[in-house]
Amino acid sequence: MPDRRGEAGTCGGRVMLTFMASDSDEEVCDERTSLMSAESPMPRSCQEGRQGLENGEGATQWRGQESEEDHEEDPDRHVCSGVPGRPPGLEEELTLKYGAKHVIMLFVPVTLCMIVVVATIKSVRFYTEKNGQLIYTPFTEDTSSVGQRFLNSVLNTLIMISVIVIMTIFLVVLYKYRCYKFIHGWLIMSSLMLLFLFTYIYLGEVLKTYNVAMDYPTLFLTVWNFGAVGMVCIHWKGPLVLQQAYLIMISALMALVFIKYLPEWSAWVILGAISVYDLVAVLCPKGPLRMLVETAQERNEPIFPALIYSSAMVWTVGMAKLDPSSQGALQLPYDPEMEDSCDSLGEPSYPEVFAPPLPGYPGEELEEEEERGVKLGLGDFIFYSVLVGKAAATGSGDWNTTLACFVAILIGLCLTLLLLAVFKKALPALPISITFGLIFYFSTDNLVRPFMDTLASHQLYI
Amino acid sequence: MTAAVFFGCAFVAFGPALALYIFTIATEPLRIIFLIIGAFFWLVSLLLSSFIWFMAATLTDNKDEPRQRDLLIFGVLISVLIQEMFRFAYYKLLKKSSEGLKSINPGEKAPSMRLLAYVSGLGFGIMSGVFSFVNTLSDSLGPGTVGIHGDPPQFFLNSAFMTLVIILLHTFWGIVFFDGCEKKKWYTLLVVLLIHLLVSALTFISPYSGLNLVLAYIILVLTGIWAFFVSGGSCRSLKLCLLCQDKDSLLFNQRSR
Repeated sequence: MPDRRGEAGTCGGRVMLTFMASDSDEEVCDERTSLMSAESPMPRSCQEGRQGLENGEGATQWRGQESEEDHEEDPDRHVCSGVPGRPPGLEEELTLKYGAKHVIMLFVPVTLCMIVVVATIKSVRFYTEKNGQLIYTPFTEDTSSVGQRFLNSVLNTLIMISVIVIMTIFLVVLYKYRCYKFIHGWLIMSSLMLLFLFTYIYLGEVLKTYNVAMDYPTLFLTVWNFGAVGMVCIHWKGPLVLQQAYLIMISALMALVFIKYLPEWSAWVILGAISVYDLVAVLCPKGPLRMLVETAQERNEPIFPALIYSSAMVWTVGMAKLDPSSQGALQLPYDPEMEDSCDSLGEPSYPEVFAPPLPGYPGEELEEEEERGVKLGLGDFIFYSVLVGKAAATGSGDWNTTLACFVAILIGLCLTLLLLAVFKKALPALPISITFGLIFYFSTDNLVRPFMDTLASHQLYI
Repeated sequence: MTAAVFFGCAFVAFGPALALYIFTIATEPLRIIFLIIGAFFWLVSLLLSSFIWFMAATLTDNKDEPRQRDLLIFGVLISVLIQEMFRFAYYKLLKKSSEGLKSINPGEKAPSMRLLAYVSGLGFGIMSGVFSFVNTLSDSLGPGTVGIHGDPPQFFLNSAFMTLVIILLHTFWGIVFFDGCEKKKWYTLLVVLLIHLLVSALTFISPYSGLNLVLAYIILVLTGIWAFFVSGGSCRSLKLCLLCQDKDSLLFNQRSR
């Protein structure tokens, strides 16, 4: 019986926060990005069916990686879809039927995160000032020649990516040797740091920008409440909307840290390199992330809490189906399943299980509703926001570049979800969006901006 | 410039588009996706036309003013042409995808081509309007005096109204264009292209007089009437709608009592 590892209440694949950067050490942590569509099993209310589905769901499990305090990790990013146990035709139809809704369910949080980041960048000057660099990007970009600057940025990228690879492998090793308490401790520490320290810094800067005075007791109360509720929502139980809001906020905070501390050219090269790494790590048979998932499958364990944004709830209103053999017996298949599923591989594929036990009567059949959701790793949010935020910070006051990158990222996400619906396996969420974003950033900044500026100054319209 | 100018111009330019979005598009996820894809297509067309203009400007490398203005006019015309080409490309894509959707998903009704025409036109329009106006809007929040060097002082308001015209025109053009493609009336495409060229050319007239704006609005009304009849409206249905006697109206039952 796999132990719950202190995950009481975190059934249903609740996302855990594992992202951290310590300002004092200039560390930066990364976490996984991935896109997963979670499906709950059909309400057949039979144990056998459920078992089969849970085993089948193992193939689509996916785990996030936690990042350690002093390290940076590149989490596995992939997109997972479908439940292999289902009949293919039905699954395809269901997937496509819910496709557009799920795309929008992801558009909204990604857009909100970007809006928060862009609004902060455009108004709070702190995040565009250069105040040093992270230890992962030791080479400076204040060099005399262009070639030297490019070389430095490439070296910075190599260092950062290698740190990420090392951390991922370290995590796989930790998982293989079952050091669960260690990993869990990391998660808690990282989310503490993010929810309290970074929020305090962010709040301080915003108050400074708008010249609003706040006394320390009020500040303490605010930050304490924010952080405590965040910890509870993310690591334990909480309303879905609140959890989603917290995840968006911490992604935005993390993205702001990246935007501030990554030098310009290094940021762009790192974005490119991360998408390549994502592609490799998820799709190659020997990729660390794939190995992680396979290990979890072998052990038939739920993956430890990960950093995932889940977009939907599964509500099972309990189903009472009359068992012909035993009149008057009630079966509520999802209540016991809720307990079982936490320890099985089926758990993370239900975004959240909320099952108020409703007794039915013999002969009465209650409706069972389920809503499949899509999950997107927080690293995806972070890197999308970094791209758009960098475009806003460096685009010489130009909003067109920011908007172009925004549309490009949304289109990339749309395409990724389409591929998810077609291929029904783990897919990385970064490459397409980041590629589009980078292409549109550079082309809009260099080609479209002069054109539109010239047109606007002559008041010509196309 | 004040916040009043900012909000006023923002709502003048984007108010109708926002209303259209909220009431017709925001409720259906599939429509939102098609809207964003339409915006993306417009963006790519702009990219291509900027690239061509940039190449032309670098190749001629002539700094004197009339040559620059000629290049700009050339750029505008090329851009209009490429936009309409991409509208056609989007039509082709939608045609292919609607067949695909129908075959895979027989239960759910795929959106009709008329609806997609409207959504795509709106997508094009919103992106076009945003790209034309957002930088000007953000400048209007900052300090400055408009027209201090003798330029027209109603710069912001003129731009806002022109942006509105462009957004609505793109919507109507989308409807008419797709209808022409569906019914294989290729002259419609040519007419849309010519009207687009005309509206862009009108902006070459000096903005001091409000002439370009008035003419653009006349074209807007005419194109709107054309789009209305093309998408199946008629005088009778308009009358029924205005008198709240059409069956879809909420007031239908109350009135007939």
